[in-house]
Amino acid sequence: MITIEQLKEIKEKAQQTTSKRRVHVCGGTGCTSSGSPALIAKLEEEIKKNGLENEVEIVKTGCFGLCALGPIMIVHPENLFYSMVKEEDIPRIVEEHLKNGNPVKELLYDETTKADHILPLEETNFYKKQHRVALRNCGEISPEHIEHYIGKGGYEALAKVLTEMTPEEVIQTIYDSGLRGRGGAGFPTGLKWRFAAANDADQKYVCCNADEGDPGAFMDRSVLEGDPHVVLEAMAIAGYAIGATQGYIYVRAEYPIAVERLQIAIGQARELGLLGDNIFGTGFKFDIELRLGAGAFVCGEETALMTSIEGNRGEPRSRPPFPALKGLFQKPTILNNVETYANVPQIIMNGADWFASMGTEKSKGTKVFALGGKINNTGLVEVPMGTTLREVVEEIGGGVPNGKKFKAAQTGGPSGGCIPAEHLDIPIDFDNLTAIGSMMGSGGLIVMDEDTCMVDIAKFFLEFTVDESCGKCTPCRVGTRRMLEILTKITKGQATMDDLDKLEELCEHLHSNSLCALGQTAPNPVISTLKYFRDEYIAHIVDKKCPAGVCKDLLQYKIDEEKCKGCTLCARNCPVGAISGTVKEPHTIDPEKCIKCGACMEKCRFGAIYKE
Amino acid sequence: MANINLKINGLDVSAPEGSTVLEAARHAGIKIPTLCYLKEINEIGACRMCVVEVKGARNLVAACVYPITEGMEVFTNTPKLIESRKRTLQLLLSNHEKKCLSCVRSGKCELQELCTEYGVEDENYFAGEQQHFEPDTSAPHMVRDNNKCILCRRCVAVCEKVQGVAVIGPNNRGFATSIGCAFESDLADTSCVNCGQCIAACPVGALYEKDNTDDVLAAINDSEKHVVVQTAPAVRAALGEEFGYPMGTDVEGKMAAALRRIGFDKVFDTNFGADLTIMEEANEFIERVQNGGVLPMITSCSPGWVKYCEHYYPDQLSHLSSCKSPQQMFGAVTKTYYAEKMGIDPKNIVCVSVMPCTAKKFEINRDDQDAAGMPDVDISITTRELARLIRKCGIDFNILPDESFDDPLGESSGAGVIFGATGGVMEAALRTAVEKLTGEELQKLDFTEVRGTDGIKEATYTVGGKEVKVAVASGLNNARVIMDKIRAGEADYHFVEIMCCEGGCVNGGGQPQVHADVRNFTDVKALRAKALYNNDTAKTIRKSHENPSIKKLYEEYLGEPGSEKAHHLLHTSYVERTIN
Amino acid sequence: MAEKKQTVPFSGTKEQEEKLMQVIAEHRDDPGATMPLLQKAQEIYGYLPREVLKKISDETMIPLEKLYGVATFYSQFSLNPKGKYRISVCLGTACYVKGSGDIYNALTEKLNISGGECTPDGKFSLDACRCVGACGLAPVMLVNDEVYGRLTVDDVDDILAKYE
Repeated sequence: MITIEQLKEIKEKAQQTTSKRRVHVCGGTGCTSSGSPALIAKLEEEIKKNGLENEVEIVKTGCFGLCALGPIMIVHPENLFYSMVKEEDIPRIVEEHLKNGNPVKELLYDETTKADHILPLEETNFYKKQHRVALRNCGEISPEHIEHYIGKGGYEALAKVLTEMTPEEVIQTIYDSGLRGRGGAGFPTGLKWRFAAANDADQKYVCCNADEGDPGAFMDRSVLEGDPHVVLEAMAIAGYAIGATQGYIYVRAEYPIAVERLQIAIGQARELGLLGDNIFGTGFKFDIELRLGAGAFVCGEETALMTSIEGNRGEPRSRPPFPALKGLFQKPTILNNVETYANVPQIIMNGADWFASMGTEKSKGTKVFALGGKINNTGLVEVPMGTTLREVVEEIGGGVPNGKKFKAAQTGGPSGGCIPAEHLDIPIDFDNLTAIGSMMGSGGLIVMDEDTCMVDIAKFFLEFTVDESCGKCTPCRVGTRRMLEILTKITKGQATMDDLDKLEELCEHLHSNSLCALGQTAPNPVISTLKYFRDEYIAHIVDKKCPAGVCKDLLQYKIDEEKCKGCTLCARNCPVGAISGTVKEPHTIDPEKCIKCGACMEKCRFGAIYKE
Repeated sequence: MANINLKINGLDVSAPEGSTVLEAARHAGIKIPTLCYLKEINEIGACRMCVVEVKGARNLVAACVYPITEGMEVFTNTPKLIESRKRTLQLLLSNHEKKCLSCVRSGKCELQELCTEYGVEDENYFAGEQQHFEPDTSAPHMVRDNNKCILCRRCVAVCEKVQGVAVIGPNNRGFATSIGCAFESDLADTSCVNCGQCIAACPVGALYEKDNTDDVLAAINDSEKHVVVQTAPAVRAALGEEFGYPMGTDVEGKMAAALRRIGFDKVFDTNFGADLTIMEEANEFIERVQNGGVLPMITSCSPGWVKYCEHYYPDQLSHLSSCKSPQQMFGAVTKTYYAEKMGIDPKNIVCVSVMPCTAKKFEINRDDQDAAGMPDVDISITTRELARLIRKCGIDFNILPDESFDDPLGESSGAGVIFGATGGVMEAALRTAVEKLTGEELQKLDFTEVRGTDGIKEATYTVGGKEVKVAVASGLNNARVIMDKIRAGEADYHFVEIMCCEGGCVNGGGQPQVHADVRNFTDVKALRAKALYNNDTAKTIRKSHENPSIKKLYEEYLGEPGSEKAHHLLHTSYVERTIN
Repeated sequence: MAEKKQTVPFSGTKEQEEKLMQVIAEHRDDPGATMPLLQKAQEIYGYLPREVLKKISDETMIPLEKLYGVATFYSQFSLNPKGKYRISVCLGTACYVKGSGDIYNALTEKLNISGGECTPDGKFSLDACRCVGACGLAPVMLVNDEVYGRLTVDDVDDILAKYE
């Protein structure tokens, strides 16, 4: 068992050893996929070759955020950012920069080298408007070393609550901070804890929802990969607050790196006595077990998650009774998501007022978004609540690539909606996003450009919901299927305006009749696209046209007679023999035979083939 | 318990704390439609038929599971709700095989009735892709036709929570969800005990017994065949429900009249078989007690229970009485004693049984159930099939006179008739065993301690200075409790009665299906059992060993209970099975 | 229609069974052990054959159908063996808007199997998955644990060729 004094010693020691030159290499999923493990190996080799073992420390960190430029390497203390690093660049960087102190300018992130002096990372567009609270340690520490976390003040909040605060004071602090659940619905966290604390039981549970299932969202994964201990510490604090001794983290099995780091972290925390019996000698006992999800989006719903931990099909239960009264194994339970927990220790250390000073009136603090889709700076960003969507998309995200026009931003995943350009200046918070027909969700933010068909996108999300519906309640089980069928008809040009009426009727029906939030929010992508892009639906239904040129059944490939030279290349490449014509004469495409594969268009050297 | 005050549709309502909106509404005389809800068995709020509006709630809520709170305001029949329910029905219909005219449940289908109530004028409103399944006809007693399944999961809940068998459950997910067995195997290849409780729970025509009424008619119309029918005790307590009589009406007389009009050559009573069972079983019990045999002895009348024991407690089979069930004893006597007496070649006798039970369809084909070298019983039909047969034969049940059973196998005691209720076999056996053990006439015939619908009942009687400890269980989850005790050596019972279905045969899987909204608020088991106990009380002969026809059977043919001949004809053996 | 789950003939080894029994023993008093048991059984055998679920059922007294119901609920569990090379194409939003649907279709054509299936020679199996978190590399596919990013349809042949 560790004492508070020993914690302090570890912290001091950790801070001393980090005073050397450090190279941070991102070990998040994105950078790992683009080759960072090989970079680390090469770095070690080169450092050894140059005899720098004692001067340079390599730290495999979590995600820095700018995934699009991975693999990423940052050199401290200068805080210089090497992007898209290749193995063959390493010898130069080691020799010139690490050994001789001359940064390799042409390998640095180009935005930082445009000015006459090298810009520090925090002044780049991507970072300057960000404010990192939940992601504070991501990219700053090695997630596999508990000393790194302690060096950053880790586990001090736990020590503080156990020795200086009553459970009620902890709850009041969280309540006063205005922290709302980051999983999507935005329920006040302090209130949730208070309900669970008020119910007497022989056993209570603290659960962490790390079953991040929104397609295109990876905020929680980044926290788990970059700073796993923050979650453990926060859960222990929650356990103290509500009177629970056992925690469960339900994490997606598809996140192997996060799972591994959590396992390491739990092991280290147990070894130091930061989990287990008699933590800091206070008599408080708390332990955490990992449970792996198995590929069911619905398990992000709180009751489904608990049903799943209990060993069943992850089907949601009716509420009430709410988990605060009857949750896991029918015992009072709180469930928060990873990002919510990641805020807790700092709220304890810095106070409720500090946290409440950030954000908008009803949404305090920051929010992490996973930026993706048709945007230049794909990655992870954390901004104060109240930042506008335009700032996130255009400034931080660097706008839409290839000169295309922004069309919509999708937030909230399959439960959310598409936000059109007209709402780009809305300050992001829980209530504003809901008011314009989307929702915060867990933080996925997918940008769409003019080439995106909004009917197709609605269909895409419905396909997802149909796949992920648990099948328990009628509206969701059958209704999502029927909605998808209608959307498919629309994209094929087979729908009538009656079908559209029926689609809207189903939207309303599922919204008010489904058992859980999955079914209730399943219509949102349709509702919001209908609200802002109704004309696209009408174009598909009435004019049988897909304005974005996405829906194959509504496209026709045509040959521009002016441009066609009659070279026959297209006819020879058409897999179904749909193109005819004589040599050196303009060719034609038989729309009856054409399967719209696009092969002709790719092959044409004269740009004579177009689709409409 | 404190009462909670709330408003439903503007009316002040007061209901006990812990009630659901559905229950509170019922208090106030307001009906909320349900489909998936089975009280205490399937409370999952899944079908969304019972949605209501609660002031302040974001969405509609399921009344069947939503608890009432002080001051809440509920609306149960707003236009929005009526529309919602209709749409939910139409969604269900869009994935339901709508062959209503040829459906066994037509006219008694809960889905059909709701569609009528909510004015579903377009059954194809949400037409779209439908799932298609090959019906599972593998089991001897029933068909599972998933094309008609609406995924209410009532069958699953009954199989798992009431019977503890859990051989069916939801597989796959989302639109592909279907109720089935592990690895989509045939029901016949599982440890299904054929109890038919899933059929009783099904609101639609997805689960139904294999219909053998045509086989019965074919036998009757075969001039070579002498067709006798026997009717189980519990049938008379429920058949009336099919013809509009209140639950718990004893229609024994009309039933006998109907059977005669259908054309059976002899109309007999399984109660006779029940009396015979008591003679043999009481004797076996006394022998086990006196000769240090395996105790407790457990009854073996219920074929669902017997099969359950074979699958789940194969190591405990020596506890089972070797007695055949009343149905089988009756068949054995018919094809031996009766055949000889009447001078009919048993090959030409067709023995038909009418049972409250689907497991009986399995039992007639068991091994070691062939006293005359051929199956003791040829065709077993359920109470529901008998009602169908009566209709098919153009018989107006309600205007029939009361008639009696034929002799000699139609005579029975009150002990025989209470076999149909949980505790009845125990009571009947005690009436005989106690007199045999003490040699004195019983003063009090009613063993009320073993009556009633509790799942597990225990009692201790002092018989001739010796303590006899008995236990009675019905429903296999309750049986499991007793069996685990026995297996662990923690039970000191002498005699145990186990019935597969909760409440005994009156609540068997072959009985008329009871709508969930009746079943949820009525004690079906108790009402039907009452008819049997009244029948018993009205009889002059109430002990099996005093049944004159039984006495005569032993005098003329069997000799003593437990004799070699009795053993050959009336006892059987069991097999060890595995859990699948 | 619920597919008849065809499992290939079971060929478990003694070591596998020993491992399985050890896992079952570790979880004997664990409430809600079903998921970890199935996950570890799949780790041991590569998929969940009937014989394995039956063993778990016999040892834990969890009804076989219940295990099967759970196994068919979660997409991670497989009742069929996977190919030597497991291909999964990310159809998460970020990848989808960048054309991963076309990649997936190209693979079904080239391998002549649909999602969830395995080529007859046992070499490749194909699945669609939802977001592997490599959105920066979209569109993305995985072959076993190898990630291929920033794909175009033309890359598919070359990638498959690496494993031929």
